[in-house]
Amino acid sequence: MEWINIIVQGVLIGGLYAMFAAGLALIFGVMRLVNIAHGDLIVLAAYIALMTTDTLGLNPLIAIAIVVPIMAAIGYALQRALLNRTLGDDVLPPLLVTFGLSVIIQNALLEVFTADSRRLKAGAIEVASFPLAEGVWIGVLPLLQFVVAVAVIAGLQVLFYRTALGRAFRATSDDQSVAQLMGLDNRHVFALAMALSLAVIAVAGVFLAVRTNFDPAIGPARLIFGFEAVIIGGLGSMWGTLAGGIVLGVSQAIGAQIDPGWQLLAGHLTFLLILAVRPEGLFPKVQG
Amino acid sequence: MNASFRVEHATRSSHVGTVVFAVGFVVLAAAPAWGGRDDLRLLSEIYAYVALASLWNLLAGYAGLVSVGQQAYVGLGGYVLFASTILAGVHPLVAVPLAGVIAGVIALPVAGLMFRLRGHYFAIGTWVVAEVFRLISSQISALGGGSGISLPAGIVTAMASSRQMREFLIYWVALALVVAVLAAIVLLLRSRYGLALTAIRDNELAARSNGVDVTRTKLVVYILTAFGTAMVGALIFLQKLRISPDTAFSVNDWTAFVIFITVIGGIGRVEGPIIGTIVFFLLRQTLADLGSLYLLMLGAVAIAVMLMAPKGIWGLIAERFGWQLLPLERRLRFAADARTT
Repeated sequence: MEWINIIVQGVLIGGLYAMFAAGLALIFGVMRLVNIAHGDLIVLAAYIALMTTDTLGLNPLIAIAIVVPIMAAIGYALQRALLNRTLGDDVLPPLLVTFGLSVIIQNALLEVFTADSRRLKAGAIEVASFPLAEGVWIGVLPLLQFVVAVAVIAGLQVLFYRTALGRAFRATSDDQSVAQLMGLDNRHVFALAMALSLAVIAVAGVFLAVRTNFDPAIGPARLIFGFEAVIIGGLGSMWGTLAGGIVLGVSQAIGAQIDPGWQLLAGHLTFLLILAVRPEGLFPKVQG
Repeated sequence: MNASFRVEHATRSSHVGTVVFAVGFVVLAAAPAWGGRDDLRLLSEIYAYVALASLWNLLAGYAGLVSVGQQAYVGLGGYVLFASTILAGVHPLVAVPLAGVIAGVIALPVAGLMFRLRGHYFAIGTWVVAEVFRLISSQISALGGGSGISLPAGIVTAMASSRQMREFLIYWVALALVVAVLAAIVLLLRSRYGLALTAIRDNELAARSNGVDVTRTKLVVYILTAFGTAMVGALIFLQKLRISPDTAFSVNDWTAFVIFITVIGGIGRVEGPIIGTIVFFLLRQTLADLGSLYLLMLGAVAIAVMLMAPKGIWGLIAERFGWQLLPLERRLRFAADARTT
């Protein structure tokens, strides 16, 4: 029973990792950019949620409705003003610019909010739970977070394959110059993809901030969790990121059970193991 | 046929540069005679950053392996030093090259895994490796676990009995190490591997189609940089006399600063990291009081340089004046004009 409980908790936290991963996979898919500042942007979303709840007195889960458009606007502006200028054949400029951005965001947050760890208060829902079976309890908040993650990923999947915007994303992903010949403005399409990516991690950032303590320095670890979930899941579809997030979450939960110091290590080792035995991930893209 | 031409590496500016380096070396080697303790400490730190940035430049600027996880090898070097001296009684100055060798051996399987990740994902993959090393080091209770450990006084005094002599010794080893790293890089770049590396830097596809074994060349560079980086790491922590997982595997200290130094100085040129380190320390001596604002500004400057002058300060100077401080040029001289000139 104890182990079932652990695995269930791992699966539920996996939903959060899947949201980190979906944002990362989305922009990599569309413009082959890996955003090293991804984790710090998640933390930025958490701080924006903190400011919103402090000033407006809203419940954090309602504040999501405010944080998401703010982060999307930041994403659009960031891509138009900065990141579009780094794209090209060379991998160096986007990596170094987003790395610099990561350092800037971390230190700006440190300057404004200090290194104190913070947490969002969501009220009674934080501790509410119900029994699933004998000895297995499910927290309402983790469950809600998991359901939201599944909904977000399903939404992205529909957007990618059923809408005009998704078609534009896939077209620029396949061939930038042909997409441009067909009348798409790449700079705008890329900026929309970044806006969408940051909208997704805005949701993730708020849930992160309700579940755990956060401070300006925790960003890079979130980037790594998202990245590991992407690679474990494979670059096939958005559902792959969900699978990757769950595998990572369960690995960490099992590791933590063995020894608290092993929680993160177990996740990393699972990632390295998958890289060694199945480098294309669990759900690779089907080559047509 | 072979005798009818030869390859010339030196230019007039590189002759001047070589003289500048030689004079600089003599002046710096005599630093214990003219400098105080703080000067020696600062200079050693500068040497460490020149070495780390030069190695990162070789990795990212030439071989195209953009790693944000070189702190893995800095920390590994530091921990090998502490483990081998404390647990196995190795002499600290023997532990420095030992750290290099062990890191080189560990780098082989790491490269085997990381090279499966392409381009951008390689960068984050190297970060995961550094995290794994950090987490493992915090599990080793014999080395202080998460809170770290100090080098016992007995080991420290075994190097040299007086404190002053110890400081001089470590200073000279630090200087020797940075000179060795720079010399090794210059020799590597002048060898066949150097030609292959320069070709990879300029155009990987063209290099491959001209018969360069790109993967093999990258593997050699990855292992060599791990070897050098770990030796620098061992020396850094021999000087600090204390190590902990967070300081040993710090991404800010051993990767962010190193990347900013290289980018600002000029990536893909051997002179770049040297110029970058000088700029970095000048800025730090004047702005260090600003704390986190200093890092913020450094990040902004690096982004601006990357976007507006991607070849860095030295790139601008080299292009404007055609200077080259080190004999790295390749110019064919045919027998006929060799006789006339």
